[in-house]
Amino acid sequence: MSDTAIEHNPAHPVPRATDSRRAWTESARALRWQILPFIVPVLLFSLWLGGSSFGWIAPQVLPAPHLVLETLLDLARSGDLWSNTWISLSRVLVGFAGGAALGLLLGSGLGLSRTLESYVSPSFNALVQIPVLGWLPFLLLLVGIGEPLKYLLIGQAALVPVTLSTLQGFRQAPTAYYEVANVFRYSRWQLITEVVFPAALPTIATGVRLAFTKAWLALVVVELVASSQGLGYLNVYGRQLFQLDLVMAAVIVVGAIGYAIDRLLNALEARLTRGARRAF
Amino acid sequence: MAHAADFELIESTRPALDARRASRPKPASKRWRGAVLPLLALALWWSVSETGISRSGLLVSPQQVWHTGIEQIASGALWRALSASLARELTGFALGTAGGLVLGSLLGFSRLAERVLGPSFNTFKQISLFAWIPLISVWFGLGDAAKVVFLSLAALLPVVAHVSDGIRNVSPELLEVARVYRYTRWQVVVRVVLPAALPSVFTGIYLALIYSWLATLGAEYLLVAGSGIGNMLIDGSEQFRMDLVLFGIVVIGVVGWALNAGARLLERRVFAHRSR
Repeated sequence: MSDTAIEHNPAHPVPRATDSRRAWTESARALRWQILPFIVPVLLFSLWLGGSSFGWIAPQVLPAPHLVLETLLDLARSGDLWSNTWISLSRVLVGFAGGAALGLLLGSGLGLSRTLESYVSPSFNALVQIPVLGWLPFLLLLVGIGEPLKYLLIGQAALVPVTLSTLQGFRQAPTAYYEVANVFRYSRWQLITEVVFPAALPTIATGVRLAFTKAWLALVVVELVASSQGLGYLNVYGRQLFQLDLVMAAVIVVGAIGYAIDRLLNALEARLTRGARRAF
Repeated sequence: MAHAADFELIESTRPALDARRASRPKPASKRWRGAVLPLLALALWWSVSETGISRSGLLVSPQQVWHTGIEQIASGALWRALSASLARELTGFALGTAGGLVLGSLLGFSRLAERVLGPSFNTFKQISLFAWIPLISVWFGLGDAAKVVFLSLAALLPVVAHVSDGIRNVSPELLEVARVYRYTRWQVVVRVVLPAALPSVFTGIYLALIYSWLATLGAEYLLVAGSGIGNMLIDGSEQFRMDLVLFGIVVIGVVGWALNAGARLLERRVFAHRSR
């Protein structure tokens, strides 16, 4: 039993072999490890490529990769891609900014005042049960099919996670912080700006990132259901014409933008969180 | 507002009770506060529709929504739609969760599988699921098959992510203890890893339930064949019947709440059992 313990103890590393052959196998293993994540995409892609070029898959079911690429390039050249992407992005930015700002306000209000929370929280929790998709037909009747519909739905999608995470963030500052602030005789305002808010920041940042994911999802949904412009519309339009290359191209662009923005917010969040930690 | 003021008065006559409850997060005596906003909104809605300030056909009265609700229930239309939606939801949820448990465990236990499948899975997860609907409709049609495929995908993603996370985050100390006791592989899995990963697994399944309900609505909006709650709402919207739309929203809210509450109840049962 004791020797197994030593074997697994990181304080006693096994002496590394200096043998060049051992080193070579090790680097080969490392290389293989690096290649592993690409196996599945490459396999899928070659199946797609092979299937469409040998005619196993009908182009009505899955268009060939080069066709999708051509369509994508055509869209980029004709400017349709940029105009539709721009429309989608501006919708999501306006809706997201509005929803996140309101959520931040509502969440801080609820976080700071238990009285307000006791009035608003039950209604808020009840309304949260109804997803964006539930509101869609209602708002469609109320405000029509124009831009306000998109802003409202995207805003609502962003509002909920920001509100909830802000509320949670405000509530989770350790009591010890409050005690220290008490000792320093902080005013209420100082307490909020220098203790509660910095402590809540990481949680809020996570909420904001989540809110963006939800906003992007809501954008796609609302453009699929009710729109005559934008990336989601491009997608559903391609489906109506049975132009699957257009559908695939739209899916790729939607996925790429969603992924890029998520990475960006992730990096931003990591930065913010690090900054907050340094503050203490 | 009159009765709200009354309650305030009653509150203030019981300072001792209040002080004792002040430290509690949600005193029962303050429960009425939650009802203020909904009652106000209802009163506002009622008065606006009664006085007829707005002649818009979209401004239906609360009574009208109520009557539509009664009518939908009495005629059986609600049950047909609801049972169709829920049957789809649960089928997709069950399939997606089962697949998610298998794939998630594979990714959690095997580093190799994680390395091979993980990055592809994470990229796929990033693409908004709804963007696939047009493609799914080409491949599987507009009927129940396409909807169930879509729902199971929606349920699969959170289960895979949470199961693999839960397994990978089992604390090394627990595994060391298991090693000291010379547990077999099977014993480690059953007695150490699974119990430790259970909360995360449960979160994944819980999210799957919620996601598949959202996806049910989305699938019914976008793959319009057949009946369901989503179709009821879209029909109401197309026929400019605000009463039907509002009733549908209430039903969606209630079902969402019930799924939520059911999952929480189950979670509490499971973990109460664990702590004993």
